[in-house]
Amino acid sequence: MLMKCLVVDDSRVVRKVARRIVEDLGFTCDEAEDGQKAYEFCQGEMPDAILLDWNMPIMSGIEFLEKLREMDNGGSPKVIFCTTENDMNHIQRAIQAGANEYIMKPFDSEIIESKFAQIGLHP
Amino acid sequence: MKLTDFDIYSNLLKTKSGLVLTEDKVYLLESRLNPVAKKWGYNSLETMTIALQGVPDKNLVTDIVEAMTTNETSFFRDMRPFDMFKDHLLTYMKQARGSARRIRIWCAAASSGQEPYTLSMILKEAQAQYPGWTFEIVATDISHDILDQARAGLYSQFEVQRGLPIQLLMKYFTQVDGQKWQISDDIKKIIKYQYFNLLEPMTSLGTFDIIFCRNVLIYFNEETKGMVLDGMAKRLAPDGFLMLGGAETVMGLTKEFVTLPDHRGVYVLPNSPHLQKKVETPGAASPLGSGSATPAAPATSAFGLPPKANTTTNS
Repeated sequence: MLMKCLVVDDSRVVRKVARRIVEDLGFTCDEAEDGQKAYEFCQGEMPDAILLDWNMPIMSGIEFLEKLREMDNGGSPKVIFCTTENDMNHIQRAIQAGANEYIMKPFDSEIIESKFAQIGLHP
Repeated sequence: MKLTDFDIYSNLLKTKSGLVLTEDKVYLLESRLNPVAKKWGYNSLETMTIALQGVPDKNLVTDIVEAMTTNETSFFRDMRPFDMFKDHLLTYMKQARGSARRIRIWCAAASSGQEPYTLSMILKEAQAQYPGWTFEIVATDISHDILDQARAGLYSQFEVQRGLPIQLLMKYFTQVDGQKWQISDDIKKIIKYQYFNLLEPMTSLGTFDIIFCRNVLIYFNEETKGMVLDGMAKRLAPDGFLMLGGAETVMGLTKEFVTLPDHRGVYVLPNSPHLQKKVETPGAASPLGSGSATPAAPATSAFGLPPKANTTTNS
């Protein structure tokens, strides 16, 4: 069965680039433009992986992650932050909130692929 | 960088080297080409790009192609060799060097330091299992410049994201000026960087338990490859291991090394204890004991050591 990846980012361009990369890796891809939309998506079905921006309107990535990890089955998706926030404080906060990996933008396909592989995401 | 500029470089590289550059590599283009622009006296990458569209100096084109095709290295490059190191080679050495409590490793192409630092981080993570042990990594390279870089242990945001798990970044690096990441002294201290040309006599380096020589031989001709391998065989402990890169082999180059069966990329000396196979039992476990042990298996198992008991019950 195909693995599902949810890309959460308020930039349509980033979503488009990320979609192409994760689809090349063999995932099916869904998109959400903020944390709230992502939360609603996860209420319907849990994806296998979530690529998550930090700064978004309505609900930020970190707020979404905290809410996700409290949901039934919310521990199952592997969450990879993908953000311009590139300081140690943000990284530590994300990992404490339950993120599995952390990508500092800008990214390329190799970075995404290697981060996915490290946390055992092989579609 | 403008998309049209990107096309100019990607077309140039495609024609000159066969290297295909995708758009997500814009950052690579910029970080690699800025030094070239500087060297050639252009005040910016843009100015160099304009010059390229006229009749460019042949040597400038060569410099650009070289800058772009230089082999990239990364932390945990290819991952598998490091799993092999951690799960098999180190596990063997733990038993075999139990009395001396000392393991010496040679990184024969240290480059900008990612490989020795990766090994050092693996050893650090495993430290609790090795109380009182001494690890030494001798990391050599033929370029003084790259050795200085390795010694500095300062990496860009891109470099620390290539293959390095975030947990290890958090543990062993500190951020400098927002954009650079500095590896900790704790990881540095077991590594001895030194200039060394692989074509010179190797005796002065001493004896090693494990040699990493990955993606170096590909730059040499057949005769030189054989010479380097012969030299390394003399620097390896009788039960030591040599790790080569994924595209490299010893076959047809030397008689001093043989492939360790079922362990791609790992080579041992012809008289190595690791080659004592359990021949009598058809379908017996591989020399490393990766398969299931059969009752008929003789006394030597993984790496020629007594097999570990497979029982999971009782004490």
